[in-house]
Amino acid sequence: MKVIVDEAKCCGAGQCVLIAPEVFDQRDEDGIVVLLEPEPAEDQHTAVREAAAVCPAAAIQLEGDDA
Amino acid sequence: MSVDEQVLSYPIPNDAALDPPAEWAELRARCPVAHVTLPSGDRATLLTRYEDVKQVLADPRFTRQLNAPDAARLSADGGGVFSSEMATIIPDSGEEHQRWRRLVGKWFTAKRMNAMRPAMIRIAEDLIDDMVKRGAPGDLRAGLGFPLPVYVICDMLGVPAADRDRFSYWSDTLLNLTRYGKAEIEAAQAEFFQYMSDLVAGKRADPGDDLLSELITAGGPEDGGLSDIQILVTGMALLVAGHETTANMIGKLVSMLLADRSRWERLLADPSLIRTTVEESLRFDANSGFGLPRYLNAETEVSGAVLPRGTTVVCSMAAANRDETAFENAGEMDLTRSPNPHLAFGSGAHSCLGQALARTELQVVLEVLLRRLPTLELAVPVEELERVEGLAVGGLREVPVRW
Repeated sequence: MKVIVDEAKCCGAGQCVLIAPEVFDQRDEDGIVVLLEPEPAEDQHTAVREAAAVCPAAAIQLEGDDA
Repeated sequence: MSVDEQVLSYPIPNDAALDPPAEWAELRARCPVAHVTLPSGDRATLLTRYEDVKQVLADPRFTRQLNAPDAARLSADGGGVFSSEMATIIPDSGEEHQRWRRLVGKWFTAKRMNAMRPAMIRIAEDLIDDMVKRGAPGDLRAGLGFPLPVYVICDMLGVPAADRDRFSYWSDTLLNLTRYGKAEIEAAQAEFFQYMSDLVAGKRADPGDDLLSELITAGGPEDGGLSDIQILVTGMALLVAGHETTANMIGKLVSMLLADRSRWERLLADPSLIRTTVEESLRFDANSGFGLPRYLNAETEVSGAVLPRGTTVVCSMAAANRDETAFENAGEMDLTRSPNPHLAFGSGAHSCLGQALARTELQVVLEVLLRRLPTLELAVPVEELERVEGLAVGGLREVPVRW
């Protein structure tokens, strides 16, 4: 699974950080998403899929056979 | 008569405190772009389907310029919060809006909210102690739901919580679309404005460790910061937004769980469901209020219907959240539902700035209530719960509980 985030779209809602804190963070200076782990381990996949599905700005894309 | 042959009054009258009006399902199925009459008598277009509401809320052509000359007025005495000065002074779109959003948004990150958790837990514990001291039955709305978010937002903004009764009144005049006359609303807004001006002036002279002080010390627009009037209006908007929304949601969350006590018992047995329960309560809330109005500045199409420029659209997120095409068993409250891409906080660039704060507050309240008052139950039959009328944000008048 490969994770791609779109900083321009990100609205800083923080849902991804609340759901998958090992994969996503937010910048202190403006709340915009920081991708900590572009290729998360398998035990993170469920959380990452949920984060992508609920992002209000649709700023998280997933790629790969296991996306 | 079916819903597509008549012009519905909006908000749709509904006596049931927690259940949706029957019209929603029919509108979604047969009339997704419906003509409605607002309390002002003006016409608007109501959207109830998940895909439509989600798309429109994220589409910049649907603006928040509800003060445009041909925009529908929500109520006869003005549009309350939606057409107040706040809507015009805080930039609505483009880079300006994004700059404002990022300057203020950094105060509402998930990390900051997590750091505030211990303080929120203490506030919730203290309020529950007081409720217990006063004895059962008690009103959970007045005892916990209202004060908790007010203490938290006052602390973040650096505003004295002792003045909370005044904010409550000012908020209500902005958020209540039917209760107050024009003169009363204008007088309240002028007082609120003056109060914030004095507060901002005080912080400029002697900055504290809070959101407003930091916006001031960040400098004006020439330094990448906000103008004085923008800081002032941002303070007003955050105080109002941080007030009634979560406050009402706490009462509705607890009521929904206690209305079918097997839900409460399931959480007692498995508190790890708190996070998904909070999300599901936001989705399931059939009394979330007016919805979000938008003013269309270019002709466009929604669900096959052409909407001319100048149309005022009302997005019913609550109706969209019950759309069977988006959520399996949408009419069931499923405490394990995941993912739950509900629209309670809107969608797109304008989705609720304070959503991480609201989520954290709701999770904390539920966690502390389950631990401290496991025997909690409604003290009246659910049929006796009453809605607050006329408010842009839906709520219950009282939430009588015992334990």
